[in-house]
Amino acid sequence: MDPMAEIKASFFVECSELLESLEEGLLQVQGGDTDPETVNAVFRAVHSIKGGAGAFGLDDLVHFAHRFETVLDEVRSDRLAIDADAVLLFLKSADSLSDLVAAARDETPVDEAKNTVVIAELETLMPGGGDTNETSNDADQELNFAPMTLSLDLPAIGSQVDADIGEVTDEAAATTPVWTIRFTTEKGLNQSGNEPLFLMRALAELGPVTAICDTADLPSLKVLDPSQTNLHWDLTLSADTSQTDIEEVFEFAQGLCTLAITKNTSDQSTPDTADIEALPDLPDLPALPDLPAPSVDDQAPAQPATENTPHEAPKPPAPTPTKAAPVAATVRVDLERIDRLVNLVGELVINQAMLSQSLSAQNLTSNTTISTGLDEFQQLTRDIQDSVMAIRAQPVKPLFQRMSRIVREAAHDTHKKVRLVLEGEATEIDKTVIERLADPLTHMIRNAVDHGLETPEKREQSDKDPEGTIHLRATHRSGRVVIEIQDNGAGINRERVLSIAQSKGLVPTDAVLSDAEIDNLLFMPGFSTATEISNLSGRGVGMDVVKRAIQSLGGRISIQSTPGHGSTFSISLPLTLAVLDGMVIEVSEQTMVVPLSSIVETLTLADAEIQTLDQGTQVVHIRGKFVPLLDLAVEFGYRAPNVIPEDAVVLFISAEDGEPYALVVDTIHEQRQVVIKGLADSYGYVPGVAAATILGDGKIALILDPVDLIARAGSPDTPTALSMAG
Amino acid sequence: MTHDPTDASNSDLELLAFRVGEQEYSVDIMKVREIRGWSPATSLPHAPDYVRGVINLRGAVLPIVDLSARLGMDPIEATSRNVIIVMQLETQTLGVLVDAVSDILTLQKSDIQPPPELANGKASSFISGLTIVEDRMIRVIDLAGVLPETGQAAA
Repeated sequence: MDPMAEIKASFFVECSELLESLEEGLLQVQGGDTDPETVNAVFRAVHSIKGGAGAFGLDDLVHFAHRFETVLDEVRSDRLAIDADAVLLFLKSADSLSDLVAAARDETPVDEAKNTVVIAELETLMPGGGDTNETSNDADQELNFAPMTLSLDLPAIGSQVDADIGEVTDEAAATTPVWTIRFTTEKGLNQSGNEPLFLMRALAELGPVTAICDTADLPSLKVLDPSQTNLHWDLTLSADTSQTDIEEVFEFAQGLCTLAITKNTSDQSTPDTADIEALPDLPDLPALPDLPAPSVDDQAPAQPATENTPHEAPKPPAPTPTKAAPVAATVRVDLERIDRLVNLVGELVINQAMLSQSLSAQNLTSNTTISTGLDEFQQLTRDIQDSVMAIRAQPVKPLFQRMSRIVREAAHDTHKKVRLVLEGEATEIDKTVIERLADPLTHMIRNAVDHGLETPEKREQSDKDPEGTIHLRATHRSGRVVIEIQDNGAGINRERVLSIAQSKGLVPTDAVLSDAEIDNLLFMPGFSTATEISNLSGRGVGMDVVKRAIQSLGGRISIQSTPGHGSTFSISLPLTLAVLDGMVIEVSEQTMVVPLSSIVETLTLADAEIQTLDQGTQVVHIRGKFVPLLDLAVEFGYRAPNVIPEDAVVLFISAEDGEPYALVVDTIHEQRQVVIKGLADSYGYVPGVAAATILGDGKIALILDPVDLIARAGSPDTPTALSMAG
Repeated sequence: MTHDPTDASNSDLELLAFRVGEQEYSVDIMKVREIRGWSPATSLPHAPDYVRGVINLRGAVLPIVDLSARLGMDPIEATSRNVIIVMQLETQTLGVLVDAVSDILTLQKSDIQPPPELANGKASSFISGLTIVEDRMIRVIDLAGVLPETGQAAA
């Protein structure tokens, strides 16, 4: 990638973050947030996008962002009051802005007409038309702009967007004494290994430093002695310190430089930023002359200070919009590197398992130093693993926020009034899961608006608020993340669902189905309830695709619906795609792993009472309940039916509908954490098997998917429609 | 197994020859990643009979295909003397269980004849060419045909 393309790519990454904070801010305003800082944040987001877009010559984007920003500026400076409609318009503008960014990124055409409409609407908000005080505003904005931490890696863009305003000076301005130090190097400073840059850095530890380089004594190139520095610096330090402390910094250079230290009272400065080389961030110092280098080229850029303003106190802080929330420092890392780390940790876990296995094979049991060391190793491995997983984990917030746009658009298209309530946005899930959740979630949200909620008229008829509500909720529940999409619409019309399924031949006409079974028909391929295919849900994606997408993430989806009160779709997802706690079991000499999360209870078969119903169906009688029995070995074709070994063990598994099933295995070995190795990529899908893992002895064991197994029970090769729906 | 790139002109072809039962087969050596001894595989339920299962190849899950069974012959009675040839096809890695590796052949592309159209047996779809080396007929395997026909990820 050429450097420009790279910068551009990171500009777009930044844009998406800015768009997120833009939308977040607007939603806060919509929710009644009156904090001026929120509006400021919104304004800054648009402004930063505009600035960056300008640097890349993305004219459409700049044009739109400029209009948007102009209106926001009016709001910001209290010249324009905002009402609910205005916020809606701003949200719409944010959507358009996001479209424009996407168009610029993918180099696709934009919907000019739509944007023109939005711009026109924006203009109507302006008191006395849009363009009147535009130019003055602009200058104003440049000054008021507070640098965002996001632009750290984008100096090229950053410098075009805003003047270089150092933030450091803020706290210094008030009472801290200002020291002016004239620092003149003498012959021999370089020879003794001293480096003015380091001295300045050391000085900066006392407080913010401004450095101005005076190159007046620089001889012409002909007579220049490269071992000489020939430079002076006027350093301004604002710190509550003593002269001795400052002198101490230069202690090692004593005799090799002259210092003139004066203490100033604070405010005698002229705020003339252009001539100050702000030094807020010392690593940036290389902008100063590269000291030992003899070339004039290197020193030329150091001359902005020739105009003599030696006793500059730091410029008073720019009128930064108040109390910017402290932004946690972040690092942007290539996902591939994290994945490599995740893989390595996976290997570490396997390795550790192998070690402990070989240790127990040697009969070196407890109380030896080796085994205690190994225990610690195990603990550390687990900690490392958790930390690595935490790196991959991300809050669902951005994903949820995207959904609010989907709701807006869907509501607009269907002429319904919809309010989206987000809950638990801070819940974190693995990044891959989030990414792959976007499509199914979008589809389900559209469905909720299109099919779930009624029209405002209908809602009024049934004494409901004409505005429908959709709750999008994320929670942690017993080692999984549960995402719920709950609407307060009419609920599933089971009669209609059943008749459609029958007319499409998905179920026999004489079938008697329970409510839950009917609800699950929605997930069948080729099912669509909309009598007329709407532009919204008729996109060729059915709920079956949603279900498959969720399943491929190791998740499950279920429906609860109450007629007249709405439906809730629950998606339960694993926290990570990399590791799981499992129970190692054995069936017909095959070692396998059952996810611990799916096991409700275990029991030796001797305690339980087996009853045979009609041919092939067996049940266990436990605590007054009959639970269907499933022999794993039979399901996998390792053993003939109905020959369950005497001392077998049953695992009680909770199926999707909450009904227990008893899974027969031969023995339980242990409980352990296993690293998930995908089977689908290297081999393909195996019914009843979720993935594979590598055990301590280096062998591969399959990780079961008990719910899938139960769903397929009795119909291993040709799953019937109903078992698929389960 | 030195492969000198300088003499690899366009028409040169290096093949790894191996034995399955009484027959000799070969595969483009550039597709071969490594050759390793047999180690017991973890069997996969509902898999076709020629899929012996999966083994751990340095942390990766490697499916093993019994070439003999795949070609419609008796399955190989695997012992430690049998060999797994690890091959790379596009993005997929596959282990092929054979009886023994026999030779490395350097041929011209023109030495390889297309298989006769008549071939009616199951093997024909796996064979992309034939060649004669020292009076032995050697079949060139089409790896894509050997891949297990796994079910799509049907729900």
